[in-house]
Amino acid sequence: MTSVSLTVNGKAVTADVEPRTLLVQFLREGQRLTGTHVGCDTSQCGACVVHLDGEAVKACTTLAVQCDGRTVTTIEGLAAPGGTLHPMQAAFREHHGLQCGYCTPGMIMTAVDLVRRKGHHLDEATIRHELEGNICRCTGYHNIVKAIAAGAEAMAAEPVREAAE
Amino acid sequence: MYAFDYHRPTSVKEAVGLLTDGAKIVAGGHTLLPTMKQRLAAPESLIDLGRIPDLVGIERTPRSLTIAAMTTHGAVAESAEVKEAIPALAELAALIGDPAVRHRGTIGGSVANNDPAADYPAACLALGATILTNKRKLSSEEFFLGLFETALEEGEIVTGVSFPIPHKAAYEKFRNPASRYALVGVFVAKRPSDIRVAVTGSGSNGVFRWTEAEDALAKRFSPKSLEGMSASPDGLNSDLHADAAYRAHLIGVMARRAVQKAADR
Ligand SMILES: Cc1cc2nc3c(=O)[nH]c(=O)nc-3n(C[C@H](O)[C@H](O)[C@H](O)COP(=O)(O)OP(=O)(O)OC[C@H]3O[C@@H](n4cnc5c(N)ncnc54)[C@H](O)[C@@H]3O)c2cc1C
Ligand code: FES
Repeated sequence: MTSVSLTVNGKAVTADVEPRTLLVQFLREGQRLTGTHVGCDTSQCGACVVHLDGEAVKACTTLAVQCDGRTVTTIEGLAAPGGTLHPMQAAFREHHGLQCGYCTPGMIMTAVDLVRRKGHHLDEATIRHELEGNICRCTGYHNIVKAIAAGAEAMAAEPVREAAE
Repeated sequence: MYAFDYHRPTSVKEAVGLLTDGAKIVAGGHTLLPTMKQRLAAPESLIDLGRIPDLVGIERTPRSLTIAAMTTHGAVAESAEVKEAIPALAELAALIGDPAVRHRGTIGGSVANNDPAADYPAACLALGATILTNKRKLSSEEFFLGLFETALEEGEIVTGVSFPIPHKAAYEKFRNPASRYALVGVFVAKRPSDIRVAVTGSGSNGVFRWTEAEDALAKRFSPKSLEGMSASPDGLNSDLHADAAYRAHLIGVMARRAVQKAADR
């Protein structure tokens, strides 16, 4: 066992883990943060995307021990403490950017990272290109793309609480 | 994934000391961890290079750009220095996988792995990069030996890659739409001394130089010089994604596009 200490959604967490524990297992099974999903477990689908020090990463392809001393934000860490949805979450609801919802946490974490890197005014081609690592099997992506464009704009309008990052 | 011991050294020297039989380096883990999940690799211990400050960063001199081994694809893609010195390299990095893969995968891991469909080996070979290790400096020709095979010896760690700055360069990649790896990728570099064309994604022995195209471009650096040319299908891969004849054709198409893009710079 190896001891890891990291910040998860603004909270300091210390735990003993087997080195082979994936970050996604650590979050779901250890921290009961089950909003981060496992779709493929082979680094392809993006259902497991979380932020590591603010950058989108696939939690199924990162070891928990590699996150020692670092900051992780999951979908549970996006909404304000009172439960007010993050503008990107609100946009997904408003634009019906989901059907079954399985890919949604990963889509939203990827979208927030995209806004961090590319700003608030995103054209459709950019959004579609940036979603290459996130697979949705029900929507055909159309409303997801719309939701992200709207969410990005909304993030500019509202001075967002810096998620738990 | 089988159990393993985990070490997190803070210097290259300490990492080398830990690299005993049965130990493996983990960089971004975006090749190694999927392989370990499939139990195709089962190292007894992992040496994580993620906490060695010397292994991260990009250094520009008047004639070269040196990228430390643990620098991520995302950092290369977004680096103002890389975009200015060798824009083709930043563009290549931006085409690797997807944003989350680029936040973890590293240049050192990519060259050490020498996947026949990986992008960086083509840039290294075309630009005439030097691979830096804790022991020596190797030319790309000396370093890349074949499928997933490099000149790295036991106890040897890639510490960085040094790219001479070309006059012009461009990379064109025909991506496998599912994996986003290169089905065919062609990197063209007009260097002070010569012109080089390197091809990835195709060779059954990994990355290679297309010398016929280099000779044709030496006369005139224009896509016209490559008109009607395609590579020889001998020694190219045939798989469910593309057969050798199709790859040979695509190499010609990608090379012409890359030359056009470089010439326009
Ligand atoms: C979904 C997906 C899509 C991808 N698409 C592409 C693509 O389009 N193009 C592309 O080129 N790649 C692609 N990759 C691969 C990605 O670029 C990897 O990050 C890269 O090949 C390996 O880098 P890494 O840092 O993750 O290395 P790791 O997985 O940590 O290591 C790979 C191997 O290299 C060894 N190693 C690592 N660093 C060093 C070092 N400094 N010295 C000596 N040995 C070392 C390790 O021991 C291991 O054997 C993709 C990966 C995924 C998961
Ligand atoms: S579960 Fe991690 S990418 Fe699919």
